[in-house]
Amino acid sequence: MALKGLDIFKLTPKTNCKDCGNPTCMAFAMKVASGAVDISKCPHLTEDVLAKLAESTAPPMKTIKVKAGDGEYTLGGETVLYRHEKTYVSKTLYAVDVDGDFDNSLKVDYDRIGERMRFEFAFVGFKGDIDAFVAGAKKAAEAGRGVILCTGGNVDAAKAAAEAVKDAKPILNGADASNYEEMNAVAKQYGLVLGVRGETLEELHDTVEKLEALGNKELILDVGVKSIKFAFEFAVQIRRAALQGNDRVFGYPSLVNVKLLAGGNYDLETALASLFTLRYGSIIVMSAMDYDRSLALFGMRQNIFTDPQKPMKMEPGIYPLNGGGDDDPCLITVDFALTYFVVSGELERSGVPCNLLISDAGGYSVLTAWAAGKFSANSIANFIKEYEVENKIKSRKLILPGKVAVLKGELQDKLPGWEIIVGTSEAVALVKFLKEFVKNG
Amino acid sequence: MPFKKPVQKFNAAINEVAIGTGENEVKLGGQNCYPFYVFDSEIANAPKVGIEISDIEDVNKAAAGDFYDGCADVADAVKKAAAAEGVDFICIRLDGADPNGENRSVEQCVETVKKAAGVTDKPLVIAGCKNNEKDAQIFDKVSDALQGRNILVLSAREENYKNVAASAGLAYGQKVGAESAVDVNLAKQLNVLMNQMGVGAQSVIMNTGAAAAGYGFEYVISTLERVKGAALTQNDAMLQPPIITPVGNETWNVKEAMASDEDMPGWGDRIKRGVAMEIATAAACLAAGSDAVILKNPKSAAAVSAMIKELI
Ligand code: SF4
Repeated sequence: MALKGLDIFKLTPKTNCKDCGNPTCMAFAMKVASGAVDISKCPHLTEDVLAKLAESTAPPMKTIKVKAGDGEYTLGGETVLYRHEKTYVSKTLYAVDVDGDFDNSLKVDYDRIGERMRFEFAFVGFKGDIDAFVAGAKKAAEAGRGVILCTGGNVDAAKAAAEAVKDAKPILNGADASNYEEMNAVAKQYGLVLGVRGETLEELHDTVEKLEALGNKELILDVGVKSIKFAFEFAVQIRRAALQGNDRVFGYPSLVNVKLLAGGNYDLETALASLFTLRYGSIIVMSAMDYDRSLALFGMRQNIFTDPQKPMKMEPGIYPLNGGGDDDPCLITVDFALTYFVVSGELERSGVPCNLLISDAGGYSVLTAWAAGKFSANSIANFIKEYEVENKIKSRKLILPGKVAVLKGELQDKLPGWEIIVGTSEAVALVKFLKEFVKNG
Repeated sequence: MPFKKPVQKFNAAINEVAIGTGENEVKLGGQNCYPFYVFDSEIANAPKVGIEISDIEDVNKAAAGDFYDGCADVADAVKKAAAAEGVDFICIRLDGADPNGENRSVEQCVETVKKAAGVTDKPLVIAGCKNNEKDAQIFDKVSDALQGRNILVLSAREENYKNVAASAGLAYGQKVGAESAVDVNLAKQLNVLMNQMGVGAQSVIMNTGAAAAGYGFEYVISTLERVKGAALTQNDAMLQPPIITPVGNETWNVKEAMASDEDMPGWGDRIKRGVAMEIATAAACLAAGSDAVILKNPKSAAAVSAMIKELI
């Protein structure tokens, strides 16, 4: 339970020495309670008190770090249930089963608005044969991403596989009410994050409490594969209990195996992956992340986990489309990612070779950027110079978004030698516009 | 401390609005909990899935592959779609009416719709060509022609709601779609305006905005979540109409679903990509608050309706 300011005050020395930068211990306690100040700012608290306070002033959901190849992923740490309330902290991560369409999925590795898109974890499930499980674990570790060992609760399998790929620091899944002590021992021995499951929410809660009592707070909660309905309830209830109900026992990231939940139905699996990306799945295990699914899910994830306060921005630069080159016309617009996608999509649809110029406009849409002075005749002229467009492209035709037609005259003055053309106000009209533009020379 | 399951109860509910008639009537909305939160409350009506058929053959082919091959006309395609798995209603989109495109006449559109209506008893949603003026004319005549079928017209917008609400809603008693652009206040404002005209909340189904996953989809999701939140936690009557989201019309128009196999050789089969895009987008919309989604590929409809059945 979260402590109130008064409870925290009772634990301070009450000397009002001001070493924490606050006039009184009471003022300090109030700030700690509101989360504005960290408890460690008072140098006069005993170890005991610190431990007690750190616990109760900790965020509602723990942040779990997991090793992945040379890097590290962050899970959890969320503070809100809906993205419009604040922002989500850790994006959902995707895992692919080594027994699924794994090799094909490994090939998917691309960039989308500055984010590298490839699945994050290799997943291996225990199917009754320890040797096969160890072999699968090794295959998973070789991929150089994160590794999840799903032991099905078999402690011997857990030990063997954990030993085999200990350097990969896999997530060890499969602790439950019956084996949690042994599984905990394996996780401790190798320093691994432990996955916990339960037949019911009550049982899961109970097991987590027992593991915490054993000193383990590096946990992930498996929502189970009993049924889709059941898994969905687990995912929602766990997150809601932690963030709304202040139940820290459920303040851990979750793991959802949609491969097993979908029972081999590829399309249903896609639907579930999307459902759990939005509804509180921290790691989602799938049979495949081929291009079909990746394009949809990564695009969605990038949207959902974007900071609502920060617009998504494209790198400014020259983007040739449809094989656009030296002699092809230029179209200029802003760096707001959505604008880029919509405009480039339409341009591609036109099939007309051209060069799309993306200028630095603070990530705003055309009209907003124009109103804010970030998309002006000046900024466009500067862009042309800074990116040496005149050296790189021979064509001297520049098409402006129709919404900023007012810039034409001023821009014409600033860019002698260029023909400034006013384009369409809406991107959808671009296909027709460009085709006619080319036809009429 | 043992875990006690919390239950979130609201003294508010989404309006229940029916489209279609008789045995095939479909009810949207009605629930008093968040989407699929069956552990909080019984769900009055499961979310519904519709299939969209364009009056332009190539548009259907682009999204559904060879599914409609051999169909003589729109009515034939409608018949086929209506029999597909998991399809609760049919949406006919009159792309051909677009003055900047085929510019088919209002009479021609009415003929198309009338013929199609004759081959199925499923509820009908009639979507326009996104030209405000033309849409208002079409909705007027179509609503007249299909009196008694309890259709939904998609949609009335800020620019044409007066005409659409007056004809489809008031004169012919059809259901009116209220379309706004991913903003909770705009959604509310349009409902208030229609309400003032006498088209009550019981006759309105909202389209609060759609986009494909990856294309500003966060606005779609946040709008859905905010509208549902305000409807349930604040009992805001002007945000309580159910929501219909035309997903397919967005997802099949983005690069992931349009780039040909030759242009993007690594990406694999175009239709498969489009289906994944359509399914992922629809599933997230439903989880965030859509009471119905409209899809183009029958495989997508089957998968999304399978998910709904599993969850409810
Ligand atoms: S440093 Fe500690 S003891 Fe000193 S005023 Fe702050 S809270 Fe009180």
